[in-house]
Amino acid sequence: MKLLTCPVNGTRPVSEFVYGGEVRPMPDPAGCTDVEWADYVFNRSGIPGVKIEWWYHSASGTWFHAERDVATDRVLRTWMPGEAPVAYTK
Amino acid sequence: MPYQLLRFALSSKHPEARMFREPARLADTYDAVIIGAGGHGLAAAYYLARDHGMTRVAVLERGYIGGGNTGRNTTIIRSNYLTPEGVAFYDESVRLWQDLAQDFDLNLFYATRGHFTLAHTDASVRTMRWRAEVNKHLGVNSELVGPEAVKEACPQIDLSCGGHAPILGALYHAPGSIARHDAVAWGYGRGADQRGVEIHQRTEVTGIDVQGGKVRGVQTSKGYISTPRVLSAVAGFTPRVTHMVGLRTPIYIHPLQAMVTEPQKPWLDPILVSGSLHVYVSQSARGELVMGASLDPYELHATRSTLDFVEGLAAHMLDMFPFLSNARINRQWAGMADMTPDFAPIMGTTPVEGFYLDSGWGTWGFKATPVCGKTMAHTVATGRNHDLIQSFNLSRFERYELTGEKGAASVGH
Repeated sequence: MKLLTCPVNGTRPVSEFVYGGEVRPMPDPAGCTDVEWADYVFNRSGIPGVKIEWWYHSASGTWFHAERDVATDRVLRTWMPGEAPVAYTK
Repeated sequence: MPYQLLRFALSSKHPEARMFREPARLADTYDAVIIGAGGHGLAAAYYLARDHGMTRVAVLERGYIGGGNTGRNTTIIRSNYLTPEGVAFYDESVRLWQDLAQDFDLNLFYATRGHFTLAHTDASVRTMRWRAEVNKHLGVNSELVGPEAVKEACPQIDLSCGGHAPILGALYHAPGSIARHDAVAWGYGRGADQRGVEIHQRTEVTGIDVQGGKVRGVQTSKGYISTPRVLSAVAGFTPRVTHMVGLRTPIYIHPLQAMVTEPQKPWLDPILVSGSLHVYVSQSARGELVMGASLDPYELHATRSTLDFVEGLAAHMLDMFPFLSNARINRQWAGMADMTPDFAPIMGTTPVEGFYLDSGWGTWGFKATPVCGKTMAHTVATGRNHDLIQSFNLSRFERYELTGEKGAASVGH
């Protein structure tokens, strides 16, 4: 991956972006056990596969989602949180 | 000896393998199976056979011996860590390194060079002083030195680093060393092999049989073997192995890249590390400058190289050594680093009985090869964690008892 498409600013060099990690559901901090919370804080899905991730376009301050295969480094789709995914066209 | 060569060319008999046997087939059952024939896995096999009398052991390797991160690191050995647990552990490793060549009867090109961690800001001078005091308290030879000591050990350095990152001081660690990394895997492999351990290369583990919370066996590309003990020593493949036993861990994979120049006349004696400039560099026995930088910035399960890395690292090298502007880069490569949230390893027992982890070795595993082998062999043989690795257990995360080595484990974080 050398280029990444920001849903707002279009296709830009990957050096303009910051990786924000996999999108993960947060358990209710008031209701979950300490072990469940530790699992959320520390544990990750470390195996290769297609993952939905947070990415940040640092030049414009835009956080968005990307669907990426972390074994081949191929981005499948990018979209703004809360909006419908857009097929990746690069 | 041309006659000997000719004899073997004409005969169906071949000379003995120089370092290891190639066992024809897997047995049906072993006392222990070690996944991964890198330095760590082979060291564990060696100490299991030598110190614990366990020789019905198979080391399974999907590629070739030492072809993973053992052959991809930048070979630096040191023990100037930050936490008392870390310092004690790595210092034992440095001690083990020193007579390893004798143990193996094999030249490891172990060279004690002295190790400078450069400080370019007041904040890093403070961290270096902290590390020096922790080290001294635990009997490790470290001290805070001024820029003149750096200049004396390495007259070629530009102390102002291009004017924008002047060196204010350094943490000097006299025992800092380098070694020939391939030979470490070969030495441990041969030592284990001679004691009866089987090393099976090109044998991939495809599944681990767990019944009632206990390890029963291992499924491989060459058939099923039953065993009550499995040790995973697979560096960047750890999440795939823990996935086979249904274990969740904090390990995530980022590539770490490195590169070397063409061989040069010897000029750089010490090992130099700069956290601010994201550089570590030493000169190998054959004259190449061996250089590394910080991790690649996002998760990737691949060992591809990038031009960004060479450009960035070369620019920082020139800040320190402007005269290298004509040096040529000979090779670059990458390894997959299994990173942890506290930059300390994950070692020892797991909730699955008989499944042991030697993992989370991120960017700092080579120097620990001997002590990992020794402590993991103890753990696998007795079923109880060795004292030196108690604080590295996987269970520390659910207790929120992290072992914070981030400041001392690697550069640029």
